[in-house]
Amino acid sequence: MEMVLSAAIGVLAASGIWLLLRPRTFQVIVGLCLLSYAVNLFIFAMGRITLGAPPIMPRGGFIDPTAYADPLPQALVLTAIVISFATTALFLVVMIASRGLTGTDHVDGQEREP
Amino acid sequence: MIEENLLLILVGLPFAAAIAASTVRASAHGAAAWVSGLLLAAGLAILALLHAPISDGQVLRSTLHWVPSLGLNLTFRMDGFVWMFVTLVFAIGILVLVYARYYLSKADPVPRFYAFLMAFTGAMVGMLMSGNILMLVVFWELTSILSFLLIGYWHQGQAARDGARMALIVTGLGGLCLLVAMLILGQIVGSYDLDRVLAAGDIVRGDPLYPLVLGLFLLGCFTKSAQMPFHFWLPGAMAAPTPVSAFLHSATMVKAGVFLLVRFFPVLGETELWFFAVTGTGMLTLVLGSVIALFRHDLKGLLAYSTISHLGLITALAGIGSNGAILAAMFHIVNHAVFKASLFMAAGIIDHETGTRDMRRLSGLIRFMPVTGALAIVASAAMAGVPLLNGFISKEMFFAEAADWHNGTWLDNSLPYLATIAGIFAVAYSLRFIATVFFGPEATDLPKVPHEPPSLMRRPVELLVLVCLVVGILPGLTLGPTLNLAAQSVLGADLPYKDIAIWHGFNLPLVMSLVALGAGVALYAALGGRIATGPEGPPLLHRIRAQRVFERILLSLTWKLPRIVHRTLGTERLQPQLRLIVLLTIAAGFVTLWGSLRQAPSPLATGFNPAFALMWAVGAVCAVGAAWLAKYHRFASVVLLGGAGLVTCLTFAWASAPDLAVTQLLVEIVTTVLLLLGLRWLPKRREEIEEDKLLPARIRRARDFVIAVVAGAGLAGVAYVMMTWPLIPNVGDWFLRNAYSEGGGTNVVNVILVDFRAFDTFGEITVLAIVGVTVFALLRRFRPAPESIMLDEEQAGLEDRTLADALLVPSVIMRWMFPVMIVLAAYLFFRGHDLPGGGFAAGVTVSVAFLLQYLAHDVRWVEARLTVLPIRWMGIGLLIAGATGVGAFLFGYPFLTMHAQYVDIPLIGQVPAATALIFDAGVFSLVVGATVLMLIAIAHQSLRTTRMRERDSADTSEKEAA
Repeated sequence: MEMVLSAAIGVLAASGIWLLLRPRTFQVIVGLCLLSYAVNLFIFAMGRITLGAPPIMPRGGFIDPTAYADPLPQALVLTAIVISFATTALFLVVMIASRGLTGTDHVDGQEREP
Repeated sequence: MIEENLLLILVGLPFAAAIAASTVRASAHGAAAWVSGLLLAAGLAILALLHAPISDGQVLRSTLHWVPSLGLNLTFRMDGFVWMFVTLVFAIGILVLVYARYYLSKADPVPRFYAFLMAFTGAMVGMLMSGNILMLVVFWELTSILSFLLIGYWHQGQAARDGARMALIVTGLGGLCLLVAMLILGQIVGSYDLDRVLAAGDIVRGDPLYPLVLGLFLLGCFTKSAQMPFHFWLPGAMAAPTPVSAFLHSATMVKAGVFLLVRFFPVLGETELWFFAVTGTGMLTLVLGSVIALFRHDLKGLLAYSTISHLGLITALAGIGSNGAILAAMFHIVNHAVFKASLFMAAGIIDHETGTRDMRRLSGLIRFMPVTGALAIVASAAMAGVPLLNGFISKEMFFAEAADWHNGTWLDNSLPYLATIAGIFAVAYSLRFIATVFFGPEATDLPKVPHEPPSLMRRPVELLVLVCLVVGILPGLTLGPTLNLAAQSVLGADLPYKDIAIWHGFNLPLVMSLVALGAGVALYAALGGRIATGPEGPPLLHRIRAQRVFERILLSLTWKLPRIVHRTLGTERLQPQLRLIVLLTIAAGFVTLWGSLRQAPSPLATGFNPAFALMWAVGAVCAVGAAWLAKYHRFASVVLLGGAGLVTCLTFAWASAPDLAVTQLLVEIVTTVLLLLGLRWLPKRREEIEEDKLLPARIRRARDFVIAVVAGAGLAGVAYVMMTWPLIPNVGDWFLRNAYSEGGGTNVVNVILVDFRAFDTFGEITVLAIVGVTVFALLRRFRPAPESIMLDEEQAGLEDRTLADALLVPSVIMRWMFPVMIVLAAYLFFRGHDLPGGGFAAGVTVSVAFLLQYLAHDVRWVEARLTVLPIRWMGIGLLIAGATGVGAFLFGYPFLTMHAQYVDIPLIGQVPAATALIFDAGVFSLVVGATVLMLIAIAHQSLRTTRMRERDSADTSEKEAA
């Protein structure tokens, strides 16, 4: 499963970065979304893959940390999901406004000069 | 103890005056002056109290700990030298206040003037009293900034703005040099404490970095004290109101540089390098300054160059550095402040009452203003060094040092001659000032009819001139003890007491003085007429203007050079910038990990699961598909993006992260809706863009493909290696063990977010709120592209009714889903602390519920029935979260400390009642507000376009009717 997940991270990141370097605003926004999936999965994977052991504790008693998934990357990723949602929304609005102001959806606000 | 507090109060008083003066009404001239004056008078009273311990030879200290870890403390110290200087600042400050009260016109915004002036006084006093060399630089820079503000007080005038900017750039750059010098000095000594630095002279002089420190230090001092070649800012600064010129640019601020030279003489001085650099610069400035002063036609210009010249004299004395020279330097600091301040004030009175400062137009004023004339004559005589006035004695001491001091170098041998030449010119320009302005025929073409000023405006000048006389006649009795005390505090307590007297017998200095007086008068008699008709500046030299050189350098540095660099190296295009960022990131990762990344000895391996692999096969196809189609098939791309997101979400669920799965799923929904709403406003793209098929575009795509593949492969490799290393015990274990006992919740992820790391969450929701408001603000001024306003061809053929009918069944279902979703949100919210869910998930759920209503019906229908005030939701959410955090203070805990408890409610059972739950409610409310705000703001744009369309059609029908 590690192999599959790391390959998945690689594919997501590569697609995202390729789109990031493209000239149209919509491509960039999709690229950012894909890249954020990749990065979120990457951070999450730093807690290693744990199956069937979500970090939900019994009430009291002895706790063996190794029996549960690492909660810290999860908490970090939760924050990252929210922030990437916010940046996507902001970028989307900038994209719409720039399209209205400049009349083009090129990232530079003007078509490339030949 | 009392003295320590008095020191702090002394520094605080001017700042308090600044705050008080800034709050009075703009027209309350008297109030602002009175408040400032009284507080300064209180400062003088404190100084009188401190005189007793100071005269015992004590050094008073007071320390406030500020950043102890950096060695940065607010230490104030006062010895005899500082006492003398601070008293000078306060005393002249009060006189300037009285003068300014009558000088400024009724229309000037007074609170600003007095506030700046008082803040400057505070900065100056702080600089003088700093016991920490870093803090000294801070106050030093503060005086530069306030000087900038005061020169630019009449910012309507171009000259004031230019002068202010030039002064700030020159003195500010000097201040930066001084900061670096102080940092190195502190490193050499091992402490930033002034006393320890002053005691470490031998270490500093022996250090290999000594020349560097000295160079930077002198740059700071010379720029501030207007030494050549940095003198040009001072004449430019004469655009300031005259009280400012009198206070800052003759009496106090420009003396800061020489103050520092004298202060640091025991540390940096007593070397050949010091002598040549300091005395050489000082003598150059002394001679050239006095020559140029003679040829200026502007009254204040003459005084400015005279100030430069006198500062050169003090600098030269500091460079000589013998006991007598240091004492003379201190004496001249005081004397020059007294006579030059009175001269500036007199010049201000002349300007004020006649309307001009041009000496070629002024003439015969003694008949109109006899008292002012008499005062100015006495002060000028002091400036020229006429016997029985204070300027004579310190100048005589300078001549004595110039003649006596012998280390045998060429500079030393030429000192007496240079000093005499400067003396001759000083006599000549003083004479010119008096002769042209007050004597001669009556001026006829003055803008105003001159008369005596209000008597209170003259009072400060009278007092200062009186001081000139008293000190000049009785130097030993008046200033003698103070000066000796000051010299002792710089040179050491065992310094022999030096008696200051007028008459030392018929000796060499007296001969030099007499030569200067005689030759000066002769010089003016020979040249006087020709100067008035000549250019503004001495022959030959007036063509070289340091100011113009400065402006040319400034122009090329701030305008031409950046443009050239930008043209050759920069780009305004986003793609190359992003490409550079990606490449640098790859390079950084590569450099860091090369050689240190290796396979674990016994790799972790979770069993291969074909379903998981299949799922990610689909996910990969979705991701690549989304990338492939994003240009020409946006809708398909959004759908595929959703697919990739869903697979990500399933992965979270699969690998024991239910919280992430829930959140990702909800965010996925909202993001997709957002993107769909945004699609409406993008240009149609049916035909392929011609350029895309050309070779350059293909090359670009191939290059980016390589970059993307390299980055993706690298990330995958790093991820794989990291994932197969066994997990070492980390902070996560602590969270797992203590989530229930400390945080009172069983869902560790949620406990981390709302309790252990609640501050991060607080910051995060603040970001969300800011984004929400920004989106709202951006869209308020939104202008859609003209083609987006038109109806689509698909829509144009259909009537509104048909559109409504098409969604009839789904819309009824969506309407009835509203209460269900609210209940679901409540469920997610309350179980959050113990089971997956929480405020964030619940908030997004509620906003999805709202969104569904917008989808099911049109905007107007929803808003007629349901009022959502997203800004209030956001505000209340942020307030609740903040209040929960602050609430912890009430119980004596740090910000955002949570309390957890379970409450027994009949029928329902144990319910968690942690304060974290309140915090989570804040998160919930804010997320609802921000998400709904963004969605509604975008959705509303269609309403606006409808209105624009209606207006357009109304316009066209009107035109047709016409």
